[in-house]
Amino acid sequence: MGLADVKEKALTGLFWLSALMIVGVLVLIIGYIIVNGISAIDLKFILEPPSRAGKEGGISTTIVGTLYLTVVSLLLSVPVGVASAVYLEEYANPNSRFAYLVNLTAETMAGIPSIIFGLFGFVFFVIFLNMGWSVISGSLTLAIMILPTIMRTSQEAIKAVAPELRENSLALGASKWQTVQRIVLPSAVPGITTGIILSIGRAIGETAALILTAGSSLGMPINLSDPARSMAVHLYVLAMEGISMERAFGTACLLIVLIVILNFLANWSMRRLSRAAG
Amino acid sequence: MTSLNKNKVKIKSQDVEVFYNKFQALYEINMDVEENRVTALIGPSGCGKSTFLRTLNRLNELIPGTEVKGQVFLDGQPIYSRDVDVVALRKKVGMVFQKPSVFPMSIYDNVAYGPRIHGIKNKYDLDSIVHNSLQAANLWDEVSDRLHSPAARLSGGQQQRLVIARVLAVNPEVILMDEPASALDPISTSRLEALIAELKESYTIVIVTHNMQQAARVSDYTGFFLNGYLVEFNRTDELFVNPRDKRTEDYITGRFG
Repeated sequence: MGLADVKEKALTGLFWLSALMIVGVLVLIIGYIIVNGISAIDLKFILEPPSRAGKEGGISTTIVGTLYLTVVSLLLSVPVGVASAVYLEEYANPNSRFAYLVNLTAETMAGIPSIIFGLFGFVFFVIFLNMGWSVISGSLTLAIMILPTIMRTSQEAIKAVAPELRENSLALGASKWQTVQRIVLPSAVPGITTGIILSIGRAIGETAALILTAGSSLGMPINLSDPARSMAVHLYVLAMEGISMERAFGTACLLIVLIVILNFLANWSMRRLSRAAG
Repeated sequence: MTSLNKNKVKIKSQDVEVFYNKFQALYEINMDVEENRVTALIGPSGCGKSTFLRTLNRLNELIPGTEVKGQVFLDGQPIYSRDVDVVALRKKVGMVFQKPSVFPMSIYDNVAYGPRIHGIKNKYDLDSIVHNSLQAANLWDEVSDRLHSPAARLSGGQQQRLVIARVLAVNPEVILMDEPASALDPISTSRLEALIAELKESYTIVIVTHNMQQAARVSDYTGFFLNGYLVEFNRTDELFVNPRDKRTEDYITGRFG
């Protein structure tokens, strides 16, 4: 075996090891969380509200808080994000200053750390608009945070729709809007869904921005004006304040399960939506 | 030479010039397209024949920076005028593109797309439009048992006939075809040509083609384009047998292309 051969083999092995590490890290993290958290989870943990700052009881209010915040922020950001993507890709002149400005803004926003959004949400929604620590303040902040992701992925999805389909639709006498609504958007749904799933991941795992805007009340959030603690914030508080590591891991376990469920739901509902539109 | 009665002029192109930003793609095109005839547009790539076709349903204006000068008359009415409803125009002047592009939906929904856009909701009406259009496009027998399966599963030739059915469903008067056979195999092509011969009984057809034999086979009139000019326009049998212009002769005898 020549030197070149040895080098080739060694490199291949190195690359293989790197790839293996990715899988290894994921398995390690999830495994660690499950091993440490599974014992904390039972029906009571899921269904009962926390007591004694989370030392006892379950985490039901934080599950509701998480879902509440995520769903409201998606309801706010998906329509705006998809609409601006449609505007930029279908209506705006791609060389216009306004289109350039919007694209630049979205790119810049995507790179801003979440704590900055939190600080803005705190000053603007919580204090200036007097919304207080609440589901609505938190959701608005999350919505702003995930808006660039939704817009960007929707833009890519719309761009990927074959231009011939648009031409054919227009040549049949369809208006621009009819073409967008009946041809472009249904075809773009899978891509838009990907953006929504990425956003769910970001929203659900967000802590910094939410502590500042939704508060960390352990009560059950009912109204939009109620404060809420999300699971990620709960996990952070439990671990940081040394309340209960076991419960922190239990929360983490359920958080992962919740992300999987929400991703599945997003996929399913978008598929239905596209079928209804087509 | 067979006799060919003069039919009513359906489309009249008057001094049409097209610019893409600074580039001039067409120069002073004057052409009368007769009703219920097949008019073929031939010429080498980039000669302006497709550009001209797209002026007839105002599809050129989708490309930013396009400017059209001159006028096109449909049944004597100008189509480049501020009060023209482009949607109504495109309903009357349908178009079949080079690559058959079916919408990502069922066969039925593809054909019903146009009628639905134009406000037909009644299921009975839609059923009969879909049936008649597919029949007219010679596709009904092949798909009648799977109208609700995805159109993308059809073969290339079937897809092109589906696209034609989709155009027919809007009930146009003119059908523009932009190299409709270029992506088809020989058998599908000959079926398409037979279909064109049937369709001209009821429609006025303008077809852009790369293939001179095809132009000779299917058309009544032929226009030869070169570098943005309409070099020669005549009855197909005249043009191919007795070209008046040297350049036409060179092109149809294959001296360049």
